[in-house]
Amino acid sequence: MEQHGMEHFHMIQDAALVLVLVMTLGYLMAMRVSGRKFKRWPRHRLFLWVLGLLTAASALAGPLGDAAHENFVAHMYGHLLLGMLAPIFLVYSKPMTLLLRALPAGDARLISRALNSAYGKFITNPFVASILNIGGLYLIYMTDLYVWMHESMLLFIIIHLHVFLAGYLFTISLIYVDVTSHRYAYWYRALALIAALGFHKALSKLIYQSPPPTVPTAEGRTGAMVMYYGGDVVDLILIIILCYHWYKKETPAQGTENKNTKMAKT
Amino acid sequence: MKGKKRPVSARRKIMLSGVLIGIGTMALIDEIIFHQLLQWHHFFDFDTTQFGIFSDGLLNSFALFAIVAGIFLFAHVTRLHTYSRMRWYAGIFMGLGGFQLFDGIVSHKLLRIHQIRYNVDLLPYDIAWITSALLLLAVGAFLWYRTRKNDPPVQGD
Repeated sequence: MEQHGMEHFHMIQDAALVLVLVMTLGYLMAMRVSGRKFKRWPRHRLFLWVLGLLTAASALAGPLGDAAHENFVAHMYGHLLLGMLAPIFLVYSKPMTLLLRALPAGDARLISRALNSAYGKFITNPFVASILNIGGLYLIYMTDLYVWMHESMLLFIIIHLHVFLAGYLFTISLIYVDVTSHRYAYWYRALALIAALGFHKALSKLIYQSPPPTVPTAEGRTGAMVMYYGGDVVDLILIIILCYHWYKKETPAQGTENKNTKMAKT
Repeated sequence: MKGKKRPVSARRKIMLSGVLIGIGTMALIDEIIFHQLLQWHHFFDFDTTQFGIFSDGLLNSFALFAIVAGIFLFAHVTRLHTYSRMRWYAGIFMGLGGFQLFDGIVSHKLLRIHQIRYNVDLLPYDIAWITSALLLLAVGAFLWYRTRKNDPPVQGD
């Protein structure tokens, strides 16, 4: 990469860190405002918010971000953090619930109307979200987008933004932790998750078969395996959360009036 | 939630839990022993059909989901129902054998995703693989047959 390309890249890194700072301050402010009207917002959610933001930013800035610019294996670790792990932390910080509490009633109503709109329902359909998420990855790695991304700053920003937002959308379409507009059945979400993970696995094998043209073969193959097994680890978290939610809903807690002989001790 | 739940025997649920856990366990054994420890299986075989890449991805993704879902389903059954432990074992063996059989015939032979081992005569390996699958299935079927005979005809799922 030539000199002014590097300068641009450093600007993006700085911008990512500034964004983390601004988003954290925004969350803190929302916590204060919400605290005036409602019960105090739990502190551990702030921790999860900051953790999620830092996880996402580490794909761009810091040692991993630096390496990801030159090296495909580091790039894949970054992809797992930005598009898969960070959204899980962020969902558990419940930003939408907090936003709705902090905003004046009129604005909050506008937002919840937007969430409940036909468009909102459409993109939070788990299959649609999976296609936006995994389909986007096929576009990046199976076309020349990956090569172009390192030549154009604008494309670099758009692609990273897409990976993050699509990953977040995918996560909220599968696990209902935050405010959710339309709820789909467990089996339906499970099928979408299985399909998405299956296509993610297939994509990593396709990358193994033919890595992007600018990436050395050995590096491309290692990166593909990182994508395959790393994807397993993060999606395992999603699977456990989804199944646990099903279990909690379908299995009444102890103390309800059923007289089970086989009641497990907790 | 369905309010009052009577402790009915969960015949189908416990079987399903066993089968799911069996499928997931065999996929794990395949990954840990044959891919990682022995390194007989290869991550990618350039003979794989393009269709094979996708079907294998979906199969393994399903297996990962299956083991988690099977465990939670088991936890659910133990809290709400009476169940036959034997039927659970039957399900597990059928899941193990079923996955192994599918892997041995469809994945290895039809789609050529990867072979059991490379640079050796494959025939004895394929025979051992498929025979072991049939044995596991037979054990599962035998256990299932026995629980069918022993189980009192309880109503429920």
